[in-house]
Amino acid sequence: MSNLVFDGAKGHDHGHDHEHDHGHHDAGEMKIYGFWIYLMTDCILFASIFAIYAVLVNNVAGGPAGHDIFELPYVLGETACLLLSSITYGFAMLAMHKGNKSGVLGWLFVTFLFGLGFIGMEVNEFHLLISEGYGPNRSGFLSAFFTLVGTHGLHVTSGLIWMAIMMYQVSKHGLTNTNQTRLSMLSLFWHFLDVVWICVFTVVYLMGTI
Amino acid sequence: MSKKRYPRFFGFLALFSMLLLSGCDYTLLDPKGHVGIQERDLIITATLLMLLVVVPVIFMTIIFAWKYRATNKSATYTPDWAHSTRIELVVWLVPLAIIIVLGYVTYKSTHALDPYRPLESDVKPVTIEVVALDWKWLFIYPEQGIATVNKIVFPANTPINFRITSDSVMNSFFIPALGGQIYAMAGMQTKLHLIANENGEFDGISANYSGAGFTGMKFKATATSQADFEAWVADVKNSPKQLATAEYSALAKPSERNPVELYSSVTPNLFQIIIDKYEGMKPGKIVHEKKEVAGTEGMEMGKHSAAQAEE
Amino acid sequence: MFGKLSLDAVPFHEPIVMITLAMIAIGGVAVLGLVTYFKKWTYLWTEWLTSVDHKKIGVMYIIIAMVMLLRGFSDAIMMRSQQALAVEGSPGYLPPEHYDQIFTAHGVIMIIFMAMPFFTGLMNIVLPLQIGARDVAFPFLNSLSLYLLISGVVLINVSLGVGEFARTGWVAYPPLSELGYSPGVGVDYYIWALQLSGLGTTLTGVNFLVTVLKMRTPGMKLMDMPIFTWTCTWANVLIVASFPILTGTLAFLTLDRYLDFHIFTNELGGNPMMYVNLFWAWGHPEVYILILPAFGVFSEVISTFTGKRLFGHHSMIYASGAISILGFMVWLHHFFTMGSGASVNAFFGLATMLISIPTGVKLFNWLFTIYQGRLRFTAPVLWTLGFMVTFSIGGMTGVLLAIPGADFVLHNSLFVIAHFHNVIIGGAVFGYIAGFAFWFPKAFGFKLNEKWGKAAFGFWISGFYVAFMPLYALGFMGMTRRLNTTENPEWTPYLYVAFVGAVLVAMGIACQLIQIYVSIRDREQNRDLTGDPWNGHTLEWSTSSPPPFYNFAELPKANEIDPFYAAKRDGEAYKVPAKYSDIHMPNNTATGLVMGALLTVFGFAMIWHIFWLAAVSLIGTIVYFVIHAARDDQGFMVPASEVARIEGEQHAILAKVRNDQTNTPVNKLEQA
Repeated sequence: MSNLVFDGAKGHDHGHDHEHDHGHHDAGEMKIYGFWIYLMTDCILFASIFAIYAVLVNNVAGGPAGHDIFELPYVLGETACLLLSSITYGFAMLAMHKGNKSGVLGWLFVTFLFGLGFIGMEVNEFHLLISEGYGPNRSGFLSAFFTLVGTHGLHVTSGLIWMAIMMYQVSKHGLTNTNQTRLSMLSLFWHFLDVVWICVFTVVYLMGTI
Repeated sequence: MSKKRYPRFFGFLALFSMLLLSGCDYTLLDPKGHVGIQERDLIITATLLMLLVVVPVIFMTIIFAWKYRATNKSATYTPDWAHSTRIELVVWLVPLAIIIVLGYVTYKSTHALDPYRPLESDVKPVTIEVVALDWKWLFIYPEQGIATVNKIVFPANTPINFRITSDSVMNSFFIPALGGQIYAMAGMQTKLHLIANENGEFDGISANYSGAGFTGMKFKATATSQADFEAWVADVKNSPKQLATAEYSALAKPSERNPVELYSSVTPNLFQIIIDKYEGMKPGKIVHEKKEVAGTEGMEMGKHSAAQAEE
Repeated sequence: MFGKLSLDAVPFHEPIVMITLAMIAIGGVAVLGLVTYFKKWTYLWTEWLTSVDHKKIGVMYIIIAMVMLLRGFSDAIMMRSQQALAVEGSPGYLPPEHYDQIFTAHGVIMIIFMAMPFFTGLMNIVLPLQIGARDVAFPFLNSLSLYLLISGVVLINVSLGVGEFARTGWVAYPPLSELGYSPGVGVDYYIWALQLSGLGTTLTGVNFLVTVLKMRTPGMKLMDMPIFTWTCTWANVLIVASFPILTGTLAFLTLDRYLDFHIFTNELGGNPMMYVNLFWAWGHPEVYILILPAFGVFSEVISTFTGKRLFGHHSMIYASGAISILGFMVWLHHFFTMGSGASVNAFFGLATMLISIPTGVKLFNWLFTIYQGRLRFTAPVLWTLGFMVTFSIGGMTGVLLAIPGADFVLHNSLFVIAHFHNVIIGGAVFGYIAGFAFWFPKAFGFKLNEKWGKAAFGFWISGFYVAFMPLYALGFMGMTRRLNTTENPEWTPYLYVAFVGAVLVAMGIACQLIQIYVSIRDREQNRDLTGDPWNGHTLEWSTSSPPPFYNFAELPKANEIDPFYAAKRDGEAYKVPAKYSDIHMPNNTATGLVMGALLTVFGFAMIWHIFWLAAVSLIGTIVYFVIHAARDDQGFMVPASEVARIEGEQHAILAKVRNDQTNTPVNKLEQA
């Protein structure tokens, strides 16, 4: 593309050639724009899983329903982990805009720990349920529950892997334009997962316990 | 130039000659039951309404293409004329008007022809329960206490209330000569109301692909006089076979192109029993004590279930 | 170690399959042998397989589409011949379990592996040129999308020789597609082929939306974009909104089959009706994805060959938008007979009917483009006229089916088959073939042979009517779809006629293959020297044929609709710029190919439950991608001098052509 800015360049400067014309926005902005659109497709994917859940929530096949297996205090703990991780990622982004590499790395690491905590708690919840015989193969309701919460968990896990890679890249190459673009995309991803979790928390756990 | 018109006329020729071969029986256009007749009339009305637009469009295509061919220098040529509010209004509003009429027809007919809607009649309806199996149709007459495979007989001019389910995959219960179809699905009951206006033997099929034996999944539906119907029921009541539990289990196993079977008696409530097998569709009982839910329905999951069977 | 895979998977006992495999093997070896003999591997690798150039990627999409057309059509002719032979109780020649795979594969191949790649290929070649861009927004992603499609193609073709394909129909409804009723690997091939290629399509949707929104040449407003670009854009909106539903639905079926979930099963609380809803919530927008770009092709073809501006440019855009939005609100019309109740059925029936209004508007706009124009009867125009007549009929039968009361007797009958083939063949396929003929010179630099093109059209259109009009009749006679034998003697003559129709279409396809051969053989006589063989209106015609790899030396000016028409009118076309600049272009990369190959292995491993291999290939894919991303390839600069050299060559050719033309009086409008 003629409009590629050399965003491999270090730092925040726009040290690019003006000889080639680029009447367009720079590549980083375009990537973030495209990532937004991808995120909307992910949103629709989650919508279809929510639809499944809504249809199957009462199909307990003589097994447990939501209020039999959900423990709200525990889920509150999970939620706290995830919401706090969003805040700390926000701090990481603030550091990035200030060009503070060590700040970015520090806050990313804290975010990572919170995210890992969330996943750990979720895996533990799943393990408990399965060992009691309330795994996804017990009923339609449980299948839907595991699918919805599990898909969200897989997304969070992917985000954690991405985060680890970004921490490595930032520590090795610094806050290049490319790394900043990618941190911005991960930020969108992470906050998106937070929003989805709020919907999951509400629809599955809160409404399931009433 | 002629190449353009030749193949299309050939095509139309094929189409029209098809329609002219009306020595053949177009089942859907010559239905034998009131429901089917309404559905046919709907098809014809809708087609005529749409031809109001389609025929002019096709003619305009041919005429415009011919008149404004490049070699016809005498035709007006307006290369930059690309907009006309008047034409826009016409092409948006005229089809809209037709769709409004068609929409009204659709709305009324959809409600009138709702398969779940009982037919208005002074005659007492006959109820037939239908179970789709792999790959045959089981019919249960709950009021008469008999059952059959791949054959039903009923009195003409009498509403037939079909209650339909499946003990297998999705099928579609369809007697083309009498009217529309409805899906047969496990764990659920669907309903269809049909009536035959005259005596006759009609083909019945499944209209939703259900696996290896789908092609052979056919049955016969016979409308007779009331007297003949009662005689037939009496006949079936004398048949040696009975549809008890074991016999039903054997029947439910996959088989293709089953011959007609007649059962003089049938397990009471068999239809509901079959539906209830798929218990998961129904919500479970509310359990108030956590972690003490017993896995019912024979799903012994681990050591914790069945410890306290809670009712 | 090998999961469920063993030598038993190869259908040695089925002669038809084994002969087909042998032919494919011979053909494949021949192709590989020829490439080796002519020492073209390096060329193939550097110029095509690792290319991120949208024009090359587009060509590769279309080649795949045409190859899959042959396979999908073989399925069709096998089905027609089986139904013609298996009349009045005769078994025919295809064993039922084979026939049931054939009709499933036919649907999947034609929709997913023929029609989708065909339109994606045309969009790839043309859209960036039409908006005056040098490539798409994300060239690497474009290459990855292509290889994800190829993954799906490989898997569905491997299923012919290793294992089996699904025997469920192309929609694969549960519970039939669940493990209990389909224990073999067929449905798994279906799932993974669609899942992988669907991912590629979603990425294409994102890619082209960003391209259109962010990379138009300066001055080109959205409402000024060409109609082909607009219809592709609406299609991409539909893609990004609907394909995630397919991803989810296939994933749910996968969970049921692999991990004993109960989302769609009969037992333990699954709900198969949910699959039906979700599948068609994707499936209906999918068919609008197929038809909208074809509509765009017709707009371009008609306006170019009538020598006239397209009538109602803005209303075309609105009509396409209305079709797209309404297309999301009609999915239930695919299962009126599932028992939703009259109010629900009526709503969806009415919504479906509304779509005929904007569609009609488009038809009228094409008619009024022809009106008071000067129509040249080239092959693309014949396809367009054939479409206008055929699609009107198909649309009419569609509105008929939209009435629930009518659908109750027609659902799943051959009437439905006839309807959707009517609109897909008469609409989408005719459109893509027209687009292929229209833009072939742009892609390759020489025109297709007109005579064979018109012969192909004659066979296709007569073949279509002869094959499918009898099916409308059979629908009225109560014949349902997917039957492998029939018994009613009244159906027999219609089935014979339908088979003849299929043979006619086969002859049409043969004409197309001959056309390609003859065109390549005669390419020097049919060179497109100017890049504007049809006197076109839009920016792709302002480039050479084929365009230079960077498309435009200078981003073109586009201040109104039909910018190239405007430039020619104002004497601004083909101006040599005062100064050339360096151009920034992306590098080739093998990453798309490698990721696609690894994901193909992943799909195959999942199908056969070789889980260690699945894990390794999936992790390998991710690792390879991360390495690619870490490399952060910034592309390369094309020096201004190189640009000047390439542009100079083309301007020299243009000058020579102009010189020849002034010496030979020729009416520009007649140029065809």
